[in-house]
Amino acid sequence: MSSTLKPLQFKPLNGVRIVVWSAFAVILLLLPLAAQSSFALTLLCLTGIAAIACMSYNMLLGQAGMLSFGHAVYTGLGTFVAIHAMNKILGGWPLPMWLIPLVGGFAGLAFGALLGFVTTRKAGTPFSMITLGVGELVFAAALMFPEFFGGEAGINSNRTGGTGWLHGMGLTFGPQIQVYYLIAIYLFVCTAAMYAFTMTPLGRIANAVRDNAERAEFIGYDTRWVRYLIVMASSFFAGIAGGLTALNVEAATSDLLHGVRSGGYLLFTFLGGVGFFFGPLIGSVLLIFSLVVLSEFTKAWQLYVGIVFLIMVVYAPGGFSALLMLNLRRVKYGEWRKMRWPYAGMLFFGLIALWGFAAVVEMAYQFQVAAGSGSGLTVAKIPLDSAQPVSWMIAVAVLIAGGIGFEIWRRKFAKVWSDGEERIAEAVKKAEAAIV
Amino acid sequence: MSAYALELSNVTKSFGKTAIIRGVNLAVNKGERVAVIGPNGAGKSTLFNLISGRFEPTSGSIKLHGNDIIGKRPYEISRRGLARSFQITNIFSRLSVFENLRCASLYSSGQKYSFWKPLSKLDELNDRTEALMASIELKRRRDVPASLLTYSEQRALEVGITIAGGGDVILLDEPTAGMSHSETDRFVHLIRKVTVGKTLLTVEHDMGVVFGLADRIAVLVYGEVIAFDTPDKVRADPKVQEAYLGAVLDAEGAH
Amino acid sequence: MSVLNGVSYGLLLFMLSAGLTLIFSMMGVLNFAHASFYMLGAYFAFQVSEWTNYWVAFLVAPMLVALMGGLFERYILRKTHKFGHVAELLVTFGLSFVILELVQLIWGRTAVDYKVPAALDGSLFKLFNSSFPEYRAFMMVVAIGMLASLFLMLKKTRIGLVIQAALTHPETTEALGHNVPRVFALVFAGGCALAGLAGVIGGNAFITEPGMAQAVGAIIFVVVVVGGMGSLGGALIASVLIGLLQTFAVGLDWSFGGGLQSLGINVTSETFGYPVWKLKLSQVAPILPYLLLVVMLVVRPKGIMGTRDE
Repeated sequence: MSSTLKPLQFKPLNGVRIVVWSAFAVILLLLPLAAQSSFALTLLCLTGIAAIACMSYNMLLGQAGMLSFGHAVYTGLGTFVAIHAMNKILGGWPLPMWLIPLVGGFAGLAFGALLGFVTTRKAGTPFSMITLGVGELVFAAALMFPEFFGGEAGINSNRTGGTGWLHGMGLTFGPQIQVYYLIAIYLFVCTAAMYAFTMTPLGRIANAVRDNAERAEFIGYDTRWVRYLIVMASSFFAGIAGGLTALNVEAATSDLLHGVRSGGYLLFTFLGGVGFFFGPLIGSVLLIFSLVVLSEFTKAWQLYVGIVFLIMVVYAPGGFSALLMLNLRRVKYGEWRKMRWPYAGMLFFGLIALWGFAAVVEMAYQFQVAAGSGSGLTVAKIPLDSAQPVSWMIAVAVLIAGGIGFEIWRRKFAKVWSDGEERIAEAVKKAEAAIV
Repeated sequence: MSAYALELSNVTKSFGKTAIIRGVNLAVNKGERVAVIGPNGAGKSTLFNLISGRFEPTSGSIKLHGNDIIGKRPYEISRRGLARSFQITNIFSRLSVFENLRCASLYSSGQKYSFWKPLSKLDELNDRTEALMASIELKRRRDVPASLLTYSEQRALEVGITIAGGGDVILLDEPTAGMSHSETDRFVHLIRKVTVGKTLLTVEHDMGVVFGLADRIAVLVYGEVIAFDTPDKVRADPKVQEAYLGAVLDAEGAH
Repeated sequence: MSVLNGVSYGLLLFMLSAGLTLIFSMMGVLNFAHASFYMLGAYFAFQVSEWTNYWVAFLVAPMLVALMGGLFERYILRKTHKFGHVAELLVTFGLSFVILELVQLIWGRTAVDYKVPAALDGSLFKLFNSSFPEYRAFMMVVAIGMLASLFLMLKKTRIGLVIQAALTHPETTEALGHNVPRVFALVFAGGCALAGLAGVIGGNAFITEPGMAQAVGAIIFVVVVVGGMGSLGGALIASVLIGLLQTFAVGLDWSFGGGLQSLGINVTSETFGYPVWKLKLSQVAPILPYLLLVVMLVVRPKGIMGTRDE
């Protein structure tokens, strides 16, 4: 699915911009109405926090081209500093609870300045390796300083404490809905701030450093300094996400600093798409969905996520946001209707193949991990028995059948797609020639 | 303050045991246009890399407006007013033409690392970029990502990025490389237009370009400058004829 | 004794980081899944030795790992080449993730009992009451032998010459008629085989569990950066240094406070920074490689034997 057309840009005109941001605000305002249970509300809160964390990660990856394996350090340290600040408030500090995320933010900034000095000593691949090392360093150090990190049990606090006028009026953050709206406000403000950042000189030079660090030096910029500043900006917002976590969960444990968490930010931000500003927003939804919802349905969720990730890296490195934009462009040029049948065909056989694959994986898990609870299981309501060879044969057969069907439709799809791309390229050329 | 825009004294450069530049002396006056010619492997690109700070000389001194620039990083040298283009196009591939030029103008416009003002509100910067874009004749490709331009459009952008910073000493490394005859003529005209009043050093192979553009020609052979004089004197120099020009001149039919 | 233990552990680290460095130098790809291939080597060796014996596993397991590495390079990694180094790194990152899950799926989440073969399970010699295990000596011999043959192959054989050429000038080498993509696949598979062999000999000396990849993965990155990107000599020095550092530190109970006390400075629980002073070296041992990384970056970013970055 390659194209020589100009890459997609999401460039709404000014009027459209106001509409988009207003719609964003309204959606955030009204989302809780769609949440039918406290579980759903919790999901919304987690997603909001993850969105800030993923967008802050994309400042590094998408904007500046810096692949970090240690982002959880900044969110995690933000949480720890915030939780201590919360306890200080409970002990009498005259700081309102709703400023705690900002405390986390400044903690993130401070650690970004400290650790970023070391990590940005080198660029490119060495930088990525160093972030992994520093991430391990901080995680291991957490267990060495129980005074600050609370050892195995972590540090606890309570968000309903504190004094102040708003607190007296009932804004205690006891009810989850109050926490949601705090998260929503921070999300809106942080999104706006990070978006505005992309349109500033520093933001644009970060793009230049991403595209061609060497040339950036020759146009007068110390690329090391640019990368250092970007790390600090990114850590600031990461710290805000960490501070919100402290409020939301009222606890801070050392697993917040673990490398797996950093990997999660990387994985899901990439899945959402690093080339568009709203990509990480999609990524955060996928993150929480996989972590909280998918994990309830299957023990193999990490395997599925990993495989989806591999497929995306090879076939759609722009992520889901890029796929969305590609299809929207099709709509704009009137080419989407032709895609209906190929998409339908791929979807149908894809789902069949997916069932077969899931059946194999789930049976393997049943066999290996849950052997104690018997060998029966259901995959999408269809019963199987991991101890019976018949089940295995069915699963493999379905997988193969689905795979073949998928491949047939994929080839049809590829043909229709490339034909459409040619027609779109023609249309764009005509439009350009008309400008002169 | 020295009268020379650029002064190289006994500059040498070796990579391991291989000596590429074996002692170059060159003094370029302000506002002068110098063409650097020489056979392949003579060290022309290496010389540019030394002057612009990409590599450090093994010995010798390089002075820009009388100030020593050895050991300075490329960005420091760029800020002092020396800009260079690359033989192999070195642009910001995912940014548009306009953004490429705007980024190149950013530091010298005083913005540096600021992040509290949006780019769209920086009128002076944007006007300057628009003017630059018009002068290199890429106005109608304003929003096209650089990677999608044609080859000669990219070469024009390459020159545009180089002069965007407002530097007064410009190094162009084979700007017309890979261009057809007609494209080259147009391009030389463009270069002359946009480098008025600046000190220009160009590495070139096309003799037509060289003799048409240059005030003086430096001939680099095996890492040494064997002649540095006006075009006519260089053409008549027997050393040059022996080392380099002879066959080429006959073929072109001297201008 | 600790010295020999430290050196043997360091040599194991070097086996791993040598493969990583070679792949990185040649193809510009940082193989995030390198430690995962180490883990696969250990698990394959365990499984094969359960079915047959250790010596068969010793031969077969690295080849299996090499095969998997080669297939991955040919059918997956190669496709991401056109998207740049970040995409290549991401695909190896994804692979490491998937390998981890598959290992857990097949062998479970707890450690498996991959044992040292009886023939090597003894003490080689005794020194001052502590014994040096035969198996550690075996590890050192294998590591040194393998690295020596690698060195000889690169420097003395024709294929080694082609590899060295492709290392810095892949296009030219291809223009000369050599099948550079096949060379890349060979080098990648070879690097994975090295990692797999390290897993075969290390998995039973240490522990074979799903977490082993992550445990050693970050450390070999540190080795490569501290040693200097692309330098095999630097990687050797850094590996042995870290091996010694960790082995010694784990056995020592000194604390910083104790050190200060011997200088005459009294440290109590009221002293500022007490949490740092009371730390014992043995507690700090796990982070020593990372501290070394930080110090190295601040003081000498190009590493022990790195060349100046362009």
